[in-house]
Amino acid sequence: MNRIALMGACVCLASTAVAAGNEFNPDISLILQGRYVHADAEAGGFPVGFFPASGGHEEDDGHEHGAAGRGFSLDHSELILSANIDHSLFGLATLAIEDDAVEVEEAWFQTTGLGYGLSLKGGRFLSQIGYINEQHAHAWDFADQSFVYRAMFGGRLLHDGVQARWLAPTPMFLELGFEAARGQFFPGSDEDGDRSGAGTRAAFVHLGDDLGSSNSWRAGLSWIESSPRDRHAHVHDAADVETEVAFSGESRIWVADLVWKWAPGGNMRHRYLKLQAEYMHRRERGELACEDNLADGGLCDEASEDWRSSQSGFYAQAVYQFMPRWRVGYRYDRMNPGSLSADAVIAAWLHADHDPERHTLMLDFSPSEFSRLRFQLARDAATEERETIATLQYIMSLGAHGAHKF
Amino acid sequence: MWKKWSIDRLAALMWVVAALGMTASPAQADIRVLACEPEWGALAREIAGDLATVTVATTAHQDPHRVEARPSLIAAARQADLLVCTGAELEIGWLPLLQRESGNPRIRPGQAGHFEAAAQVGLLEVPVTLDRSQGDIHAAGNPHLHLDPRRLLPVAAALAGRFAGLDPANAGRYRDNERRFARDWEARIADWEQRAAPLRGMPVAVHHRHWAYLIDWLGMEDVVDLEPKPGVDPSAAHLAQVLDRLKHRPVRAVLYASHQSARPARWISQRADIPAIELPFTVGGPRADSLPMLYDTLIERLLAASRP
Repeated sequence: MNRIALMGACVCLASTAVAAGNEFNPDISLILQGRYVHADAEAGGFPVGFFPASGGHEEDDGHEHGAAGRGFSLDHSELILSANIDHSLFGLATLAIEDDAVEVEEAWFQTTGLGYGLSLKGGRFLSQIGYINEQHAHAWDFADQSFVYRAMFGGRLLHDGVQARWLAPTPMFLELGFEAARGQFFPGSDEDGDRSGAGTRAAFVHLGDDLGSSNSWRAGLSWIESSPRDRHAHVHDAADVETEVAFSGESRIWVADLVWKWAPGGNMRHRYLKLQAEYMHRRERGELACEDNLADGGLCDEASEDWRSSQSGFYAQAVYQFMPRWRVGYRYDRMNPGSLSADAVIAAWLHADHDPERHTLMLDFSPSEFSRLRFQLARDAATEERETIATLQYIMSLGAHGAHKF
Repeated sequence: MWKKWSIDRLAALMWVVAALGMTASPAQADIRVLACEPEWGALAREIAGDLATVTVATTAHQDPHRVEARPSLIAAARQADLLVCTGAELEIGWLPLLQRESGNPRIRPGQAGHFEAAAQVGLLEVPVTLDRSQGDIHAAGNPHLHLDPRRLLPVAAALAGRFAGLDPANAGRYRDNERRFARDWEARIADWEQRAAPLRGMPVAVHHRHWAYLIDWLGMEDVVDLEPKPGVDPSAAHLAQVLDRLKHRPVRAVLYASHQSARPARWISQRADIPAIELPFTVGGPRADSLPMLYDTLIERLLAASRP
C-alpha cells in the first residue's frame, strides 16, 4: 500500500526539483560582525617600511580592510545577494553597510553555461590570486588580515574588470585564470583608472587534490602587475614633516600560496587541522614625487626622484578544531621591507631597520554554523614598538546558507 | 574532453546506422556519475551497471552537511555527466559551488545532469515555519530519506529514466537493471519488515534527525533528540535535560550514526543505563558494504537492543 502511494508521489514530482532559497528571489544573507579591541596605543599600525595602502589618511583606516581600531566597533556588516540570473549566468552583490554610506564591495556576474571548464566573470570582484584574497572578512580564521595582504593590497585585491578562468579536464584540480581590471585599487591608483586599457593585470594557476581520504590541499602561484599613476599617500618625511607623496610607475607582485587540510576520515565535524601560508614579493619601479613642504622645514621640493623597491613578506598559520565548535589558531606574520633606491631622499621616510612581525593566537567558539565568537591575542610589531592587542569579535550570519570555498 | 567527443561521434554513428535500417548493438556508453553520497553511488551502480563510471564525493565517515568544495571535487564535477544527489538542501554548503566552479553546464541545476533523490519522493518533517532558531532545518523537509528503503524504489525508477535520457541507445538496459533491482528490493523490504516487526513501538533517543525515515518505516517511536536543535551539537546542559526527560519517558536505546561523535550517546547511555547503538548511516559504514547490508545491519543492531 505504502509503496504504491510513494510511487504515485514519484510520478507527480518526477520532473520537479526541490525548491531552495527564496524561490525566485535572490538568496540573501546578512553578516553582522563587530569587535572590541583592547590595546595600549594606536593598535594595529601599518607595517613600517611599506607604501601606505590606504593613502595614509588616519580617517581612512576604515578603507583598509583588516586593520584594527581600538575600543568597540561595528567592523563589518555585509549584505550579500546572489542568484542564478538565467540558465547561463550567476550574479552576486556584496554591499558593505557603513554609517554614512553603502559601499559596493562586490557586484559581478559569472557565466555558468560555457562548458569546456571555461567561465567568465565581469564586474567588481575579489581577485582569485593567492588563497585568502577571495575570502570575505567573515570567513577569515583571524579577526584581522595578515600584514602581507595589508601591505601589498590594502587588505585584499579588488578589481573592476573581467576574469577568464579555465579548469583543466584532469583528475587533479588544475585551474588557470587571467584578470584585467581598471586598477583604481591599491597597488593601482585612482588616477590610473582614468584611461583605456587595463591598469591592473593578474594571472594565476591553482593546483589541488586529495591525499587519501583525510588530507586535501591546494597550491597556487599568482602574478599581479599594475601601473599606478600618482598613487598618493600622506606621510611624514625623514625630517618628520607632513607631505604628500605620489608614485607613478610599475608594480609587480608574485604570490605563492599553499593550503593543507587534514581531518580524520575527511570528517570535519569533530576535528580538523588547517595549515595555510602565503608568500609575496613586490618590485616597484618608477618615479616618486612629493609636495613642497620646505616652508615647514621639510625636505620636499616638488622634484621627483627615481624609485625602486624590492619587498616581500609572508604569513603562515595553523587552525585546529580540537572538538566540535571549538578551534584554536596561531599565525605568524613577517615582512621584509627589503631594499629601496640607494639615493632616496623623499623615500627616506620608508627606510626601516625593522622587519615588521606579529604573533597571533586565536580561540573561537561557534554555537552553530551561523554564529561565531572569537578571542584573539596578538603580539604586534608592525613598527619598532611592540604591543599586545586583545580582540573580542562576533560574526553572525543571517539568512541563506552561504557556501564557502575550500 | 575527448571522451565526450567520442560519445558524440558514437551517437552520430548510431543515427547513421539507424537511418540505414540496420540493427546496431548498443554502444558502450561511459556516463561519468558523481554521486554526492555513497547510497546514491551504490544505487547508480545498480541501475547503470558497467555503463557508467561512478565517483562518490563523500564517504560514510563524513557528515554530508559539512563537506567542503575541495579542489578534487571540483575537478570531478568538471568531468561529470550526471550528479546524483539527495537534494533538499542537504548539500547546500558545497554542491552549488561545485556546479558553479566546475564550468560544466551539464550538471547545472535544472539540467538533465542534476538528479535529486529528494525531488522524487515525499519528505518527512517539512517545516511549517522557517526560522533558524529551530536549528539547521531544511525548507524542503528532512533530507535523510534513504533510510526508508521503500523510498529508494521511486528514486531508482526516476534515476533509470534519467540515465535513459542521457544515453538513449542503452535505455533498455537501464530499464532492465532497474526492474531487476526493484523486484529484488521489494522482496528484501518484505523480509526486513517481517524481521523488524518486534521494533514496532520501540521508544528510542536519537542523535540528530538522521533516523526519522528509519523510525517512520519501522514504526518506532522517537522520544528525544540529543541535539537541542538540528545541526547544533549537544551541550552538557541540554544532555542533562535529555536525561531528566528519559526518567519520565524511558527509551530502549540511544541511536547515533557512525560518523558522529559517540560521546553524547555514551554519556546518556551510562547514566540512563540503556544501550548506545552505533548505526551505519550509509553504504561504507560499519558492516554496511552494500545497500542491502546497510538495512540488514540496521535491523540487526536495533533488534539486539530491543531484546531485554
